[in-house]
Amino acid sequence: MSALTIRNVSKHYGPLPVLKDINLEIDSGEFTILVGPSGCGKSTLLNIISGLDTASEGMIEIGGRPMNGVAAKDRNIAMVFQSYALYPSMTVRRNMTFGMECRKVPKQQQAEILDRVARLLQIEALLDRKPSQLSGGQRQRVAMGRALVRDPLLFLFDEPLSNLDAKLRVEMRMEIKRLHQRLGSTIVYVTHDQIEAMTLASRIAVMHQGVVQQFADPDTVYNRPANLFVARFMGAPPMNTLAARLEMVDGAVVAVMGQGETAVRLPAPDVAQTWAGREVVLGIRPECITEPTRHFSDAPGTTVTVAAPVEMTEPTGAETIVVLRLGGEQALGRVAPDIRLTMGETARFAVDTRKICLFDPISEGRIA
Amino acid sequence: MSERLLARAAIYGALTLFAAFYLVPLAVVMLNSVRSTEDINHSSVIGLPSVYVWGNFAHTWSSYCIAEHCTGIQPYFWNSLRMVIPATVISTLLGALNGYSLALWRFRGDTLVFGIITLGVFLPEQMKLVPWAIVLRDLGLFNTISGLVLIHVIQGISFTTLFCRNYYVSIPADLLKAARIDGAGFFRIFWRIVLPLSPPILIVTVIWQFTGIWNEFLYGVTFSTGENQPVTAALIALSAQISQAPQYGQQSAAVLMAAAPTLLVYLFGGRYFVRGLTSGAVK
Repeated sequence: MSALTIRNVSKHYGPLPVLKDINLEIDSGEFTILVGPSGCGKSTLLNIISGLDTASEGMIEIGGRPMNGVAAKDRNIAMVFQSYALYPSMTVRRNMTFGMECRKVPKQQQAEILDRVARLLQIEALLDRKPSQLSGGQRQRVAMGRALVRDPLLFLFDEPLSNLDAKLRVEMRMEIKRLHQRLGSTIVYVTHDQIEAMTLASRIAVMHQGVVQQFADPDTVYNRPANLFVARFMGAPPMNTLAARLEMVDGAVVAVMGQGETAVRLPAPDVAQTWAGREVVLGIRPECITEPTRHFSDAPGTTVTVAAPVEMTEPTGAETIVVLRLGGEQALGRVAPDIRLTMGETARFAVDTRKICLFDPISEGRIA
Repeated sequence: MSERLLARAAIYGALTLFAAFYLVPLAVVMLNSVRSTEDINHSSVIGLPSVYVWGNFAHTWSSYCIAEHCTGIQPYFWNSLRMVIPATVISTLLGALNGYSLALWRFRGDTLVFGIITLGVFLPEQMKLVPWAIVLRDLGLFNTISGLVLIHVIQGISFTTLFCRNYYVSIPADLLKAARIDGAGFFRIFWRIVLPLSPPILIVTVIWQFTGIWNEFLYGVTFSTGENQPVTAALIALSAQISQAPQYGQQSAAVLMAAAPTLLVYLFGGRYFVRGLTSGAVK
């Protein structure tokens, strides 16, 4: 069943377009993440879903019910804000019951729900404190608690982890995932952090300049990005995007990077004959360029070894990022931390050719 | 080192001098309030009391004759209280409500509305005398305390709105969004979320309004006569009536008693006033 339908939604402030013809269909129980750089319109879209803002055109349906003209409080949604937005003058208890009080839930029932949610989030001990007496992580829990007491059709999260320090963010991220698995609720979650998107989402909508660039599961978004923007936005470090020229050799497609002696030739995925001899952008993830002893798959031709000059290495502990030259173009590779590479010298790398993507340099869309 | 010491001394010296200069009138009035008329007439208006006379206060409070009424300043004092309390409370609440809607519920033309309201801060009292005379006459509120309350409420809204609006703009917008999703409406958000955050600015506004309205003289003397006058207007009647033989002792006592409420408000609320004016403290 579709929990949320966004149909042809556009938003402009005066002549300035913020959202352009957004269409999304979100199923019940799905964890959908809207991700994109700041200013891409993801928060505006969330505000439109919540009813705090209105679309210039288009419509929103929640649980099959059209939401045009329906006030935020009547949409059966709950929202968690980046700033937590806890009511400063109320205790944690009041913060969590305020919404139920507004909806005239009987006192007895309020107490039961509060009890259950407080236990779920392990905040029973905090109920009589004021928000100012809580740490960042505790505030975050209370903010989630305030949303959970409602049991809504839709949870909206607006960058809920951005104000936490790195360690706490990872902890809360896991906790949110666990909570979603346990409750099976439908969540729309806005973030600019692509790792959050990858780890949490059942489907990711990558947004840029008011347009949904790709709406798919994390695996597809990561391995088969719809265009160059998605390829470069998702992943840290991002996908290498290198200028290449396609050649047809014995019916197989070969991507050639660079000229003459330093040219690198890689088997590329099949594309239409019309691309033969033309310039493309070749995309390959850094983890697909690695130490030459690595064997990616038993299928023939998957692993190709290339020689490339090493410009710099960045050991991170778990792995080492290598800056290298592929046919004159700068690219990043990832090798095991015990591999020692000398800067300025040429080393050999294994390339996983199954993961190569090709993009049209003009339209920037993926062609293969 | 000695140079710094010298600079310190100069600063303290200058500040003490100005403070003393500013406090001389208060000191003269306080000293005179415990001197007898003879004492003042024999020496000078400025001087230490030869004998302390405490009767001036009781006499001016309850039996001194003002414009043929020998009731002291007591009834006028109560008039002022009956005027200042409702006028302060109502204008502060209205200002808070205005400030809340202007700061947190943006609507088309809100800055224009805010601009027009704050324009009232800059209009001189004299300019509004005639319009108010007409309004009070038409409402039948001439020479009544209610009339003065009405004037001070309306006049006060400019200031109270300005104060509250500037305080409320620092309340994070997310707080309102959260409350709206929780199902709270305009007034519930005001009562349950915004007002509990307001004490700093409400104290500032109340002090400002209380002192302003209590000390106000022009409207009091223009729109009320006889026993309906607030104490500021009555004080003038008192000094005019005894022009033949100035009784500085009793006049000083009257002035001190009339000034007591604002002094008390300042003593108890002054530190909140200074703090409130400088803080946008919500977070």
